[in-house]
Amino acid sequence: MKKIYANAGEALDGLLFDGMFIAAGGFGLCGIPELLLDAIKDAGTKDLTFASNNAGVDEFGIGILLQTKQVKKMISSYVGENAEFMRQYLSGELELEFNPQGTLAERMRAGGCGIPGFYTKTGVGTVIADGKEHKEFNGETYIMEEGLFADLSIVKAWKADETGNLIFRKTARNFNPPAAMCGKICVAEVEEIVPTGSLDPDLIHLPSIYVHRIVQGDHEKRIEQRTTRKREDV
Amino acid sequence: MPWDRNQMAARAADELQDGWYVNLGIGIPTLVANYVGDKDITLQSENGMLGMGPFPFEGDEDPDLINAGKQTITELDRTAYFDSATSFGMIRGGKIAAAILGAMEVDEKGDLANWMIPGKLVKGMGGAMDLVAGVGRVIVVMDHTNKHGDSKLLKECTLPLTGKGVVDRIITNLGVLDVVEGGLKIVETADGVTEDELRAATEATIV
Repeated sequence: MKKIYANAGEALDGLLFDGMFIAAGGFGLCGIPELLLDAIKDAGTKDLTFASNNAGVDEFGIGILLQTKQVKKMISSYVGENAEFMRQYLSGELELEFNPQGTLAERMRAGGCGIPGFYTKTGVGTVIADGKEHKEFNGETYIMEEGLFADLSIVKAWKADETGNLIFRKTARNFNPPAAMCGKICVAEVEEIVPTGSLDPDLIHLPSIYVHRIVQGDHEKRIEQRTTRKREDV
Repeated sequence: MPWDRNQMAARAADELQDGWYVNLGIGIPTLVANYVGDKDITLQSENGMLGMGPFPFEGDEDPDLINAGKQTITELDRTAYFDSATSFGMIRGGKIAAAILGAMEVDEKGDLANWMIPGKLVKGMGGAMDLVAGVGRVIVVMDHTNKHGDSKLLKECTLPLTGKGVVDRIITNLGVLDVVEGGLKIVETADGVTEDELRAATEATIV
């Protein structure tokens, strides 16, 4: 089965519909599926719900879909870097569901593993626990959180082979594997597609069973907080 | 003299034991890394890394290598990378020995508030709720009072909580306090700060 597509627009062909739920990988602007987000902007799909740790910045990442008002709801842990996001949220145009970062990651992983709910200590005694089932295990209180089941996953990896086995690079892995797992269909954009058989099977980060379509492209890979030290300091 | 930011960070570094895996928050906690000395400490960054190195030299920045504050960093010989679900698995699973975090308020029951001020811009809790619920020991490093001079160590937190009964030890510019049965216990005062001065600056019950 052919998984390789010529560009991000073709890779999403037939998968997008208004009101859909998309899980996206990335942390801040690191490891985000920037080409696929651009293609969703071009497609004009509306009323999107995104599960994504962050919402990008105003003109990069999911931020570009906020500019075009294509997003209805965000499920995120931290959205502080985006002025347009705040404007839409405070005016009531945009729904926001805060999830603790680990709860969000586990909700994605659980959804991908066929686990509809799980118990966690995270958020017990906070507003996050309001309205959720509480249960005691070994004398400690936990709350139930639900797995996420997305219509589509969009992720960014470093390398793919032609079957869709993926390898990520450094901290650009972040939410990409759990986001990939929780969608009915997963589209991955990569920096390089290599021949099947050229990746070490022991070093695959995400097996091809989770990846349905692949597209190779050039990535801007913007840096959000450039911090350095001077050589003479050492 | 109360401690300054660097002295607070140095005092917090004394809390860390050889061989520990530790998560440092943003702000003063980040400075703790400068004071671990010869101890073998592995820093976790919750976006998916164990063995966080220092900031890169100018020109060596890698967009694929950042910390949880989205700053460019470097790797070490011991570094391992993993995904976010695995990262919070080790946090929630109690594998991280300690987290050192900043705070807006801490109360005498160990409740912690550090993620939101109602009516102000809400940015989100990030990984803070997972960290305080999961790690072995939660150490708060913060100024003893806010900019109005009001105590940040309260009988009861007024802001939305990050975690309930989660704080073990508080290091402020005035001294070190532990959360114990019935209130806070003074462990030590900063050089030149008296116990009376520390008590006077504290709303929480001191036992």
